[in-house]
Amino acid sequence: MSRPIVFLVGAAVCAAAAAQAQRLDVRPEAAIEARVFPDDAQFSDQLTDSQLSLILTGEVSWRSKDRSTRLQVKPLIRLDAEDDERTYFDIREASVSHELNRDWDILVGVSQVFWGVAESRNVVDVINQFDTVEDVDEGEKLGQPMIRVSRRGDFGTLEAYYLPYFREGLFPGADGRLRTDPVIAADEARYERDGDEWAGDIALRYINRFGGFDFGAHVFYGTSRNPRLDFNPSTGTLEPFYPELTQTVIDVQWTRGAWLLKGEAIFGEMLGDTFTSAVGGFEYTLFDVSGSGWDVGVIGEYLYDDRDQLRLPNTIFENDVFIGTRLTLNDVQDTEILAGAIIDDQTGGIFASAEFQRRIGNTMLMEIEARAFAAEDDPFIRALEQDDHFLIRLTRFF
Amino acid sequence: MTLFKSTVTAIAALALMTPAIAETPQERGFAIAERNDISDAGFATSTVELTMTLADPSGRTTTRDLRIDTREKEGEGNGDRSVTVFYSPRDVEGTALLTHSKVIESDDQWLYLPALRRTKRISSSNKSGPFVGSEFAFEDIAGAELGKYEYTYLDTVTETIGDQEMELNKVECIPAYERSGYDKIHCYFDTNVFQARKFEFFDRGGQKLKTLILDDYRKYDDAFWRPHTQTMTNHITGKATVLEFGDYEFGVDLDERDFEPEALERL
Repeated sequence: MSRPIVFLVGAAVCAAAAAQAQRLDVRPEAAIEARVFPDDAQFSDQLTDSQLSLILTGEVSWRSKDRSTRLQVKPLIRLDAEDDERTYFDIREASVSHELNRDWDILVGVSQVFWGVAESRNVVDVINQFDTVEDVDEGEKLGQPMIRVSRRGDFGTLEAYYLPYFREGLFPGADGRLRTDPVIAADEARYERDGDEWAGDIALRYINRFGGFDFGAHVFYGTSRNPRLDFNPSTGTLEPFYPELTQTVIDVQWTRGAWLLKGEAIFGEMLGDTFTSAVGGFEYTLFDVSGSGWDVGVIGEYLYDDRDQLRLPNTIFENDVFIGTRLTLNDVQDTEILAGAIIDDQTGGIFASAEFQRRIGNTMLMEIEARAFAAEDDPFIRALEQDDHFLIRLTRFF
Repeated sequence: MTLFKSTVTAIAALALMTPAIAETPQERGFAIAERNDISDAGFATSTVELTMTLADPSGRTTTRDLRIDTREKEGEGNGDRSVTVFYSPRDVEGTALLTHSKVIESDDQWLYLPALRRTKRISSSNKSGPFVGSEFAFEDIAGAELGKYEYTYLDTVTETIGDQEMELNKVECIPAYERSGYDKIHCYFDTNVFQARKFEFFDRGGQKLKTLILDDYRKYDDAFWRPHTQTMTNHITGKATVLEFGDYEFGVDLDERDFEPEALERL
């Protein structure tokens, strides 16, 4: 490369660097999604064949020159052609965060928080409401209004949360697939705590690491994100009831060589009952298999829950085994495949899932998902038994 | 092995006081590598933005924009700490990799996935696999700590790197860590300012697999040399990866907490 070209490249990169010193980014994205149901619907008013959606989202972010102040806004609109309950608008993120002399950090606004270490399900992940119309696998979350104050020090990191407003769950409508039977009347939500969705939640989380261990623990007091579904005989619908929840939680991961060992456990109290919910297991990765550049991961986890399913909000994840594999091609298109199944060892119910993703060119992402349900004796999966589906999503980044 | 520029150890500081001429080829090889390592001591922190261009033999190219923050090692047994953030392609924007490199033990690594807001401790056992689809393997971009290789001096040669003719010490570097994809590496350091100029990577069958050329060195703060173009060519596949660096900034205000996993979601 000749000197003038080197200089030009250098100058261009310098200009980019200067622009990034104080950085404003506007990054819209649009996606089109088709969900295809090969089986006939189980309930008469449910949609058949397929469901098309348009998703408009994107992020506006600003960062100060010294990186201490950040502003992030991310709205999301989904327009669903079939199910009105799946057409919705959400603010995923609208927050300002500021760092004071590196020890203190404060965030105010709507944000997203991930806690946990497991792959099948994160029982400790409690801050955001799951967006179950977006995806049944608890991978998508609604934005949560919060004030978070973090203190980082030699002792680890301590984070205090105040969550002033509770986000109710979104549920598919009567014409939607992947729903309960009878349908959930989201508008009829009731709360145990005074103030309903304005009752306010608090959480205190501690994070640290020791050698190969990454460790987190927290206490949470507030409203359970997961509602109990009470049948109302006069309307023939299920009505969400959100009880008070107090929980103490630990999560830990041990990393050594190609092995990751993981465990999460909550000790909770709801409606006068105490319960334990836990997930634990391993992830082992074979890197660069036979010089192909491909990584093959094997994941095995066990899910445990001893709650009284009649009195407390239900979970389908009790005494279940998860077996999965992750294939990472490490190619230019970042191709990745994740496949797995959760098997209930008591009822024989199965929830199986496979996800494939690959970039097309520089600005498109293609995702393909397949999901299958086998109920056997599982009462929670029975309503989903006809809802095996494929999903194709094409996202264009602008 | 030079994407993240290596620096000095306590042992290396001592070596400044010992005679330069070593007895055996092993001692001489180590002394040359050490002289390169020492030349970088004291940079403290740096940040740089770069563009990675992946090219296949038919000329099709893909680019990735990254930023790398580096903090110089402290304490025995530790290597440098670095955060690599991706700006593009857009679907991986904000993805960040934190590495705490170690001399003998395996490195500690965390990956931040912005879509999930998840910071995940990952295994650092991947050595020979490709880094984000490039011709750089994970072991090529890991911290080049002095203790990670065994050195043997081979020869002194004159070669043209870029458009500059220079005298180079050729040293055989054999990975001392587990699971390397290489049988050996031929490392070339210039005899003038002691910087790495070329690496030839030999696979487990002894065949020359890749060549890395480091060019367009510039000196910062009258002390620290950095290459601004790195070209890795794979001789088997014909593919190449070019890294073009912007200006380095040294002494940036980054403390140890900026290199902890909790900092990744705040980048």
